[in-house]
Amino acid sequence: MSVAQAARPPRPAGLQNPYSRLPDWFYPANVVFWLGLFSLYGILVTFFDFTPAHFGPYLSPFDSPEVAGRVLPPALWVVWVPFGFRLTCYYYRKAYFRGFLWHPRSCAATEPARGTYWGETRFWIFNNLHRFAMYVTVVQLAILWLDMVNSFWYRGHIHFGLGTALMLVNVVCLSAYTFGCHAFRHLVGGNRDCLSCYRLQYRLWKGVTVLNVNHTIWAWVSMFTVWATDLYIRLLSHGLIPHGLWS
Amino acid sequence: MADRTVKLSIFRGDPGGGDMVTYEVPTQEGMVVLDAVLWVQSHRAPDLAVRWNCKAAKCGSCSAEIDGFPRLMCKSPIDEYGDEISVRPMHTFPLIRDLVTDVSWNYEVNKRIQPFTPSEADLADPQPWRMQQEDVDRVIEFRKCIECFLCQDVCHVLRSHGQKDAFFGPRFMIRIASLEMHPKDAADRRPLLRGEAGVGMCNITKCCTEVCPEHIHITDNGIIPMKERMADLYFDPLRFVAGKLMRGRE
Repeated sequence: MSVAQAARPPRPAGLQNPYSRLPDWFYPANVVFWLGLFSLYGILVTFFDFTPAHFGPYLSPFDSPEVAGRVLPPALWVVWVPFGFRLTCYYYRKAYFRGFLWHPRSCAATEPARGTYWGETRFWIFNNLHRFAMYVTVVQLAILWLDMVNSFWYRGHIHFGLGTALMLVNVVCLSAYTFGCHAFRHLVGGNRDCLSCYRLQYRLWKGVTVLNVNHTIWAWVSMFTVWATDLYIRLLSHGLIPHGLWS
Repeated sequence: MADRTVKLSIFRGDPGGGDMVTYEVPTQEGMVVLDAVLWVQSHRAPDLAVRWNCKAAKCGSCSAEIDGFPRLMCKSPIDEYGDEISVRPMHTFPLIRDLVTDVSWNYEVNKRIQPFTPSEADLADPQPWRMQQEDVDRVIEFRKCIECFLCQDVCHVLRSHGQKDAFFGPRFMIRIASLEMHPKDAADRRPLLRGEAGVGMCNITKCCTEVCPEHIHITDNGIIPMKERMADLYFDPLRFVAGKLMRGRE
């Protein structure tokens, strides 16, 4: 530490961020609670529930596409896709680096003394592969759209129930999250120096930018819709809640 | 007429040492923290060192840490704070005296970025260059930077880890972005980004965006697109193969 830095008193702890008007523990505490709870739920569902969450016309996003065989839990074939996408997502990077790793906990907060900081140049260098996670996620998203459409049809009749509504809201939110992704924004036109030279790409880039501005919101909302959809269908499939909402 | 009195704690000292000194300052409606600091300078401590210029959030001179957060003093209304306010110099840069720090490292970093470099064809073109509004709209955001260096101050890579030799900082990421996205610029700064500029050191915590007084989307519109462009060159085997095939066909 230089003499100049040693001369300064430390930053007072526990102050309000004048920009967000929230205490500086608020954001990391929320991330740890909600993301931690969802991760715990995901681990339980993925590794300990061998029954696919499939009930009537409904199929959980954790188990879609359904993979035959019972060697591994069904969700294990699927969850690596959204896990990889969200782990390398530019928004979630902020969330977990702040919430779980305290790099930093909040802006201008003192970080705990640790080894040399390498950013995303060593262990976290895989975050640069976000676009590949996105490619696979787009394929999975197409399958979820098919599942949603199929949920409107059951035993030869048109059907609509709470599960259908949840699946519909879920794919819409997941689509807004996926197609507002920074890597997607780059690939559709952001990589061009001359946007005006490529009119179609410019329009696509503008459209993706509209979603991208609210990427944080879509990241959280889509996480909760996945959670709610899976929970509802899983409870139905285990017979833990009545299913009188559809015939 | 004074509305209320606040206790303003200002860091007083030099590289040899210093401490917080508290002054009671009468406030008025519409007063900003810089007004209070200047009141102290004119009424209580004429030797107080403070750098300021326009008092309109355009010169970027009065950067400081108010109650621990990097802000422009001239853009921080007293009413937003309680009866006790602390003002410290920027933490990331070497202290000169009181609230004044030495930000010259930033100007040295700026020299290491290849300036605007048009192509030979554009240079030979006798006609005035035309730039479409769509292209202007994207890069004009970066031109709003007033070089207050609050983003550099809050960036934890520079602030907490002191890695000025490994990362240029957010301000220079957007400078590189403004050049890379310019349709008339022909230079490729991606090797610089991955190399000495160290874009990989940024872990997207967005504090730079939070503190920017010009509301530039430093991370979303500057750093992340630069990371993606770097990934095009170094982390995308599909693009590499496609590029080889295209060149082979030519």
